[in-house]
Amino acid sequence: MNNQPILEVKNLKVNFDVSSEGDMPWTKAKKLQAVNDISFSLSAGETLGVVGESGCGKSTLARAIVKMVPAEAGEVIWLGNDLLGLSHSETRPYRKQIQMIFQDPLASLNPRMNIGEIIAEPLRTHYPKTPEADVQARVIDVMNKVGLLDNLMNRYPHEFSGGQCQRIGIARALILKPKLIICDEPVSALDVSIQAQVVNLLMDLQEEMKLALIFIAHDLSVVKHISTKIMVLYLGNMVELAKSDDIYKSPSHPYTQALISAVPIPDPNVEKNKDLILIEGDLPSPINPPSGCVFRTRCQKAQEVCALEKPEFKGIAQDHSVACHFHD
Amino acid sequence: MSLIDVKNLKVEFETADGIVSAVNNVNFSMDEGKILAIVGESGSGKSQTVFGMTGLLDHNGSATGSVKFEGKEILNLSNQKLNQIRAEKIAMIFQDPMTSLNPYVRVSEQMTEVLIHHQGVSKSDALKQSISMLDAVRIPDASNRIRMYPHEFSGGMRQRVMIAMSLLCHPKLLIADEPTTALDVTVQAQIMKLLADLQKDFGMSIILITHDLGVVAGSSDDMLVMYGGEIMEIGKTENIYASPTHPYTQGLMSAVPRLDDSEERLVTIPGNPPNMMKAPEGCPFAPRCNYSIDKCNSESPILVKASNDDHFRACHVSKEKIL
Repeated sequence: MNNQPILEVKNLKVNFDVSSEGDMPWTKAKKLQAVNDISFSLSAGETLGVVGESGCGKSTLARAIVKMVPAEAGEVIWLGNDLLGLSHSETRPYRKQIQMIFQDPLASLNPRMNIGEIIAEPLRTHYPKTPEADVQARVIDVMNKVGLLDNLMNRYPHEFSGGQCQRIGIARALILKPKLIICDEPVSALDVSIQAQVVNLLMDLQEEMKLALIFIAHDLSVVKHISTKIMVLYLGNMVELAKSDDIYKSPSHPYTQALISAVPIPDPNVEKNKDLILIEGDLPSPINPPSGCVFRTRCQKAQEVCALEKPEFKGIAQDHSVACHFHD
Repeated sequence: MSLIDVKNLKVEFETADGIVSAVNNVNFSMDEGKILAIVGESGSGKSQTVFGMTGLLDHNGSATGSVKFEGKEILNLSNQKLNQIRAEKIAMIFQDPMTSLNPYVRVSEQMTEVLIHHQGVSKSDALKQSISMLDAVRIPDASNRIRMYPHEFSGGMRQRVMIAMSLLCHPKLLIADEPTTALDVTVQAQIMKLLADLQKDFGMSIILITHDLGVVAGSSDDMLVMYGGEIMEIGKTENIYASPTHPYTQGLMSAVPRLDDSEERLVTIPGNPPNMMKAPEGCPFAPRCNYSIDKCNSESPILVKASNDDHFRACHVSKEKIL
């Protein structure tokens, strides 16, 4: 594996302006910190899993990396260039190297285009001068790669099942031969038997094409299966980052521990006898996050210092970092 | 006597494109105080089975067969009689609590309505009982929060409100249709723990419909695996997990990655779920099954004993060949 990272994200911050009901037009909008101070690096052939509850900023992080939402601060260094500093047209050459796959397979495909057109669209956009015969050949090639029969090319998205639509989305992402694919909940809408097919497909393609993946999902079992390292987010903040086996075997942050204990294991002997760490209460509002450590309001280990001081995100072992004053 | 006894239940829908048979020959019975899980992928007929049982099918659907609840036939009773049963004996909660609650009406009113309408209690008594029920499902500060509107609660709290509402009349049976699918894992863990506690406190039975094999493992006594509208396997949860005897159950179990295990590669079930418009002649799983023989495509297998302790399977291929 090549150790030179292809993507480095440093202190990335994304804020949204939110105005609440009843605000006057001149009232200053409140800041919602959707993504706060996130840093990581990714090498070719690696998979970074991103997990967390809904509203923790997983998708915003993905969108900020490809500049679909503007970042407030930080750097996204792609092969040595900071993408955030580039203008729209300067970013364009890099866009074909980073592609995305989305959660709802049907909603992310244009219902009025047949799938041949859908899959070819990125190619036609980024390389408009490609001869038609080459486009067709490339479409057939990627369709075969993702396990779709090429005689289906003239069909429309509604004629396909959810799993097949997700394959179409993957084919569209692959046609530009990207170096990184960001998968935003790619299997959450699929049945388990289909989910396994798509996960295997992604892993095979990664092996074959030396792809880097950012895999966002809320299902920790799937994320652990596919990822080389896992980042746990809570309320827009990184709470833990480690190799995927380490996250499971020695979770150090109380939130990671609770998250792991909440994942049901499909084995009655294990599941009925396990010690469940329940997190009480609800996710605090991201508009008004708790002072100090963001998790302290629901944390069993919280003490005074947690409210006063934000814990530093620091390494505790090789490739294992955590943000907690009282980590294990 | 079993609490509920379902015999040869069939559910069909008349659509513009022809008749869709969503549930075929479903037979099971359930004892009091148990949790039965119905497991299957989308379109397997798990929800339509209970909708058919309780008379909640869409207007174009029809159910035939027999459903005995506490020894009395309830299938296709008049709506008036069913309303009585559904309110006082059988309660239901659904996947998305927001769509089951009226967004314009305060929670207090939605809850007290149940008691006033079905049990004729006074308004103040109904309010008292509703508050204590919200306490029972562990909503903090229940006496104040009951005055709130549904949107003021988080997803997990809304599901608690739904559970509280369904328990107001102390039902014998609670049907939970994917109660945690829309929730985060941490909240799912809270809700499943709550359901297990309430089941003991109230001494009720639960039918849990889910596609999540982890949830089934943690909470149910018995389970029923459905595919293509038919029961593939039924038995005690422990036994089925320890030795699944149906190729579909086996496929399903090995397709889920486990957090406590690292497998190189997930085992997949090839192909796609069946199209119920043209229900297959034989076993619905035959086109995707690695073990299928000629008979599977022509003759639908019936449930036969797989071992002692009430473990049944519907498969033409012998158990020894599959294990």
